[in-house]
Amino acid sequence: MSNERLTIEHLSVPLPRGADRAHAVEDLSLSVSKGEILCIVGESGSGKSLTALATMGLLPRNLGKPAGKVMFEGKNLLTLDEATRRDITGRRIAMIFQEPTAALNPIFRVGEQVSETFRIHTSLSQAEIRKKVIDLFREVQLPNPEQIFHSYPHQLSGGQCQRVMIATALALDPSVLIADEPTTALDVTTQAQILKLMLELRARHETGIIFITHDFGVVAEIADRVAVMQMGKLIEIGTRDEILNHPKQDYTRRLLAAVPTLTPRKEREGLGSPVLIARNIVKTFTRSGLFGGGRTVKAVDDVDITIRRGETLGLVGESGSGKSTLAQCVIRLVQPESGDILISGGDFAGLNGKALREARRKVQIVFQDPYTALDPRQKVGDSIAEGPVIHGLDRKAAMARALDLLEACGLDRASATRFPHEFSGGQRQRICIARALAVEPELLIADESVSALDVSVQAQVLKLLADMQERLGFGILFITHDLRVASQICDNIAVMRNGRIVERGDPASLFGAPKETYTKELLAAVPGKGWQHHAAKNEAGTERSREETP
Amino acid sequence: MKRISPILVFAVVILVIAVFVAIVGNIFTPHGMSQQNLLARLKPPAFMSGSNPNFPLGTDRIGRDMVARVIAGLQMSLSVAIAGTIIGAVFGSLIGFISAHFRGWVEEVLMMLVDFQASLPFILITLTLLAFFGNSMTLFIILMGLFGWEKYARLSRGVVLSAINQPYAKAIVALGAGNGRLYLKHVLPNVASALIVQVTLTFPQIILLETSLSFLGLGIQAPQTSLGQILGDGRDYLSTAWWISIWPGLVIFLVTLSMSIVGDWLRDRLDPMLRARTT
Repeated sequence: MSNERLTIEHLSVPLPRGADRAHAVEDLSLSVSKGEILCIVGESGSGKSLTALATMGLLPRNLGKPAGKVMFEGKNLLTLDEATRRDITGRRIAMIFQEPTAALNPIFRVGEQVSETFRIHTSLSQAEIRKKVIDLFREVQLPNPEQIFHSYPHQLSGGQCQRVMIATALALDPSVLIADEPTTALDVTTQAQILKLMLELRARHETGIIFITHDFGVVAEIADRVAVMQMGKLIEIGTRDEILNHPKQDYTRRLLAAVPTLTPRKEREGLGSPVLIARNIVKTFTRSGLFGGGRTVKAVDDVDITIRRGETLGLVGESGSGKSTLAQCVIRLVQPESGDILISGGDFAGLNGKALREARRKVQIVFQDPYTALDPRQKVGDSIAEGPVIHGLDRKAAMARALDLLEACGLDRASATRFPHEFSGGQRQRICIARALAVEPELLIADESVSALDVSVQAQVLKLLADMQERLGFGILFITHDLRVASQICDNIAVMRNGRIVERGDPASLFGAPKETYTKELLAAVPGKGWQHHAAKNEAGTERSREETP
Repeated sequence: MKRISPILVFAVVILVIAVFVAIVGNIFTPHGMSQQNLLARLKPPAFMSGSNPNFPLGTDRIGRDMVARVIAGLQMSLSVAIAGTIIGAVFGSLIGFISAHFRGWVEEVLMMLVDFQASLPFILITLTLLAFFGNSMTLFIILMGLFGWEKYARLSRGVVLSAINQPYAKAIVALGAGNGRLYLKHVLPNVASALIVQVTLTFPQIILLETSLSFLGLGIQAPQTSLGQILGDGRDYLSTAWWISIWPGLVIFLVTLSMSIVGDWLRDRLDPMLRARTT
């Protein structure tokens, strides 16, 4: 028992009245030991982040006082007074957050921000602090620690910022480290590096780490033990092997089954004529400096793509690789500098005014964030019917089509009279798909359309897209950063980097025998490969769908 | 649902009464607003000694009934303020929408005009124009309308820019919608709340501007009257017949205060940032 660093006993966090349930966290008990990584997994709204915030005493004020105990070094953190608690949580328990660039103050040099921890909690001299901070930077493997000490946050990449945050968290050699989705906002290759770093630090400092994530791939990489949460309750807790390979609870099984795996899609026959031919697309962004002499970035650099009827072309790459810009060029939300775009054989790049508005019917887009993609003040039915109305269908017929599409996308016909805020993220994404399909497009662009969704919902939306494609035969340009998703649903995949397509091919050959180093790096960084290889054979769980509760 | 504060209720009641009185007009007294009564000059209100029971709020220097005067003044002040607000809001917002849509040099020129306007004291512009062109009702209302247009322009440019960069607006464009549909059907309803709040901020300011100009004799001219003009009339009698100034002053005070309180409440209700913090 002496090994236990932090013990949570019967923790409950009440939600304000009028919420969908009484407690955000309900009767939760778990503990983390010396040198152990405990992963808390769960879908959005499962209360995993609030558990961490309750432990740190950082709960939002509109929530009531948490009940239960959070025991740390023999004291119950929940009953301590503010000052004592802050001293303990500052010194002995550290936390890192999801968005590293937002967690650093943009107007101070990062070195000073890390030094601040020492200034508050120790009586070291300025020079000693500086030396300590630079040592820390070296430990979290930041390049040129001296230079980074004097840099501002905006001069660092997301991964570097997260390393700085980890350095801050480790500054006072904490007993427990709480990491809330620390790699979710990062690219896969960066994520892989950060995960490796955390494993090394754990080994060196024997810190107890609570690692919150929604990604079972990440769990497979680093967890010693895993706790699964749903609707504020602990569903199951056990070792990594128990949870990932021999789950006892149905919920865990369903979650695991929904996790996308790197299994290439089978080749399909009978793809039709090209719906999209894009040739030599170029788009340059110029950022003008204060004294002239702007910086130009080639966001899309001479790219060719072709998509046939019924084909899904995946576009994968890390942030800043130009995938979204390419999509926006294809759909003419951004004007490409040069290049030809042919949609179903007709010119699209050269159109203007009315001709362009009419041709827009043929290409539609579904965005990443379903919360901002629908006009908040327009009823769902009107949203879906709007496209057909614009293109000359009368309102009644358009509404009838909207209702049919709602049903086809797995929603109630009665949903048509409701507003977007009454739906969950997954349901909204279905509405967005229905809206795009209402004008019967030849090409559908899915720009990270499932990236913001929970795994179980993600699986359903992917299935919906595939079903509708089967039925209507449109081509899909599927943009994603997740190679697992891409391999499952795409017929062909193009890997993009710095505005260029570096490699392309069907998933089996591309992921089976990548030629480019960059593709190999991306593949190597996919979290949880080893486990999934194992799991695929085990057939963990067979049920695939879980209906969302509205 | 949160409890509504008594101050807010008070403010709403005041506004409802003011609007009601302005609409039904002069039914509270048999006297006309310019009907003189030389035998009953400078009579004090009903609760003071020496008052005339026919004039419950007293009379002015030529024996005009204060009830009738204040009601007529209220009608004029409110109409001018409403007309001015509508002109300013429509004109300013239009400028904002145009800048946000065209960007580039159009935006730069328009925003330069906005900065130009914002850097000059408005009362100075008004005084100059009134002195130059002479006073007329039309010019006066147009001037009131120009008051605050730059605030609407700046505000609407900002909110429209952020709205048209939202995915929902892009999706509408991708559907093939024209600009009319995009701006009127989708952007306007989504930015309206910010503009409505701005209306509640400029409306009391226009009332105050109108009353100060009329007080100075540069606004509404006799035989018409406004609250500010009555206030100005009473200037010379403050020590002997204070009621001539107090009644219009009190009405101005109550109406502008109430409008500000309601505006504050509306801002709390409509601003999603504030709402997220308080609930």
